Amino acid sequence: MTDKVIHLPLTDEMIQDLHAGDRVLLNGIIYTGRDEAHLYLCRMLDKGEELPIEIRGAVIYYVGPCPAKPGQAIGSAGPTTSGRMDAYAPRLMDIGLKGMIGKGLRKPAVVESMKKNICVYFASIGGAGALLSESIKEAEVVAFPELGAEAIYRLRVENFPCTVVIDCYGKDLYKEGRAKYEVK
Amino acid sequence: MNVREIEASAIADAVEKLVIDANYYLPEDVKDALKKMREEEESDLCRQILGDILKNADIARERQQPICQDTGLAVFFVELGQDVHIVGGDFRTAMDEGVARGYTKGYLRKSSQDHVLGERVNRGDNTPAIIHTDLVPGDKLTITVCPKGGGSENMSALGMLTPSQGRDGVKKFIVDTVSRAGSNPCPPIIVGCAAGGTTEEVMLLAKKALCRKVGEPNPDPEVAQMEREILEEINKLGIGAQGFGGTKTALAVHMLTHPVHLASLPVGVNIQCHVARHRTIVL
Ligand code: SF4
Repeated sequence: MTDKVIHLPLTDEMIQDLHAGDRVLLNGIIYTGRDEAHLYLCRMLDKGEELPIEIRGAVIYYVGPCPAKPGQAIGSAGPTTSGRMDAYAPRLMDIGLKGMIGKGLRKPAVVESMKKNICVYFASIGGAGALLSESIKEAEVVAFPELGAEAIYRLRVENFPCTVVIDCYGKDLYKEGRAKYEVK
Repeated sequence: MNVREIEASAIADAVEKLVIDANYYLPEDVKDALKKMREEEESDLCRQILGDILKNADIARERQQPICQDTGLAVFFVELGQDVHIVGGDFRTAMDEGVARGYTKGYLRKSSQDHVLGERVNRGDNTPAIIHTDLVPGDKLTITVCPKGGGSENMSALGMLTPSQGRDGVKKFIVDTVSRAGSNPCPPIIVGCAAGGTTEEVMLLAKKALCRKVGEPNPDPEVAQMEREILEEINKLGIGAQGFGGTKTALAVHMLTHPVHLASLPVGVNIQCHVARHRTIVL
């Protein structure tokens, strides 16, 4: 299996070329965001305020990293469970979010929104935060610093390893992979 | 009988080091179980993932950084010898101090929040320690930390079955809990489970079961047999490493049992991700 090297930002054509089960290496800029950051972003949208990040074309990584040691860009930084962001994700996809990185199952409403808006959902390895942090070369807080580990960081990643779990056609590796190996 | 004195400050110092080491160094028994799983797994993708997970543990050790960014709430199992006298401060404060210092100095993530019912605020030092204490004979103080991440803890479950549901009911409840959890608790997992006792006792036992060396069977052959059967059923689910589909989902099933009320059959399940951190110190 050779990994697909991807240079961000993602375009519709690039997303349409990704399929559930593909291993990819991401290069470029991604943003972090988890529970509280999503809540804050949606509140800003409610009030009609301008968001602190350019959401069009963006990839959001669901992560709350460890603090960086001196000399490190970031501490351990693996994915958190994506399902908790399901309530917010369709709203962000409607205004241009193109990719999500996390781990775990998504609700049907998220998958429908991904198909409609041409988005992709990647999983990075849950529990491999030290390994993943090696691919994160720069990290800077760009919004909600008061949230600490939950603030929005702008990350520059190099060959950040992920697997496509749900593609823009709605194919879901979690379902298909499991069905393939399930013994009834 | 001699009473042995232990300084509260010595407890705080020990806990500080314990939480850092637990988060940096994956125990060897867990690594061995992961290696064995990698050999046996049939899916290429999962084998690759298991290799990355092992590499991650090496990187964490070399670079002295957390294996996983979710360094958990600091859960402790403590055995306090009844001939120990803690001096120079109180036990709770010493434990919390050790946690606060360890999570800060070790660059561990602080996940503990206040205001559970409203606008949450991070406490900033990952306190309080969650402490389960047993009073035991002797003059030693044994402290085991098992930092527990949210992702796998969230998939845990309590079932209040009826006695008529029996052994099969217990098995089904445990396997169904793992099935529902799917990819969320970062498989491969270790399944801690218990049957009997009361609601609070069965959940505590399920977590305690996770402290055992990975794959070591329960000494009671009847329970050990149940562990094997549940493990087999779980691996048949096809979840695989990270939920990507594979022949191996659980590294082990650890079960404990407890005498039970004639009208009850409580079952507890505590799912532990592959970052199965536990570390013990004896003072
Ligand atoms: S479930 Fe375990 S491996 Fe996954 S993020 Fe939480 S602590 Fe880390």
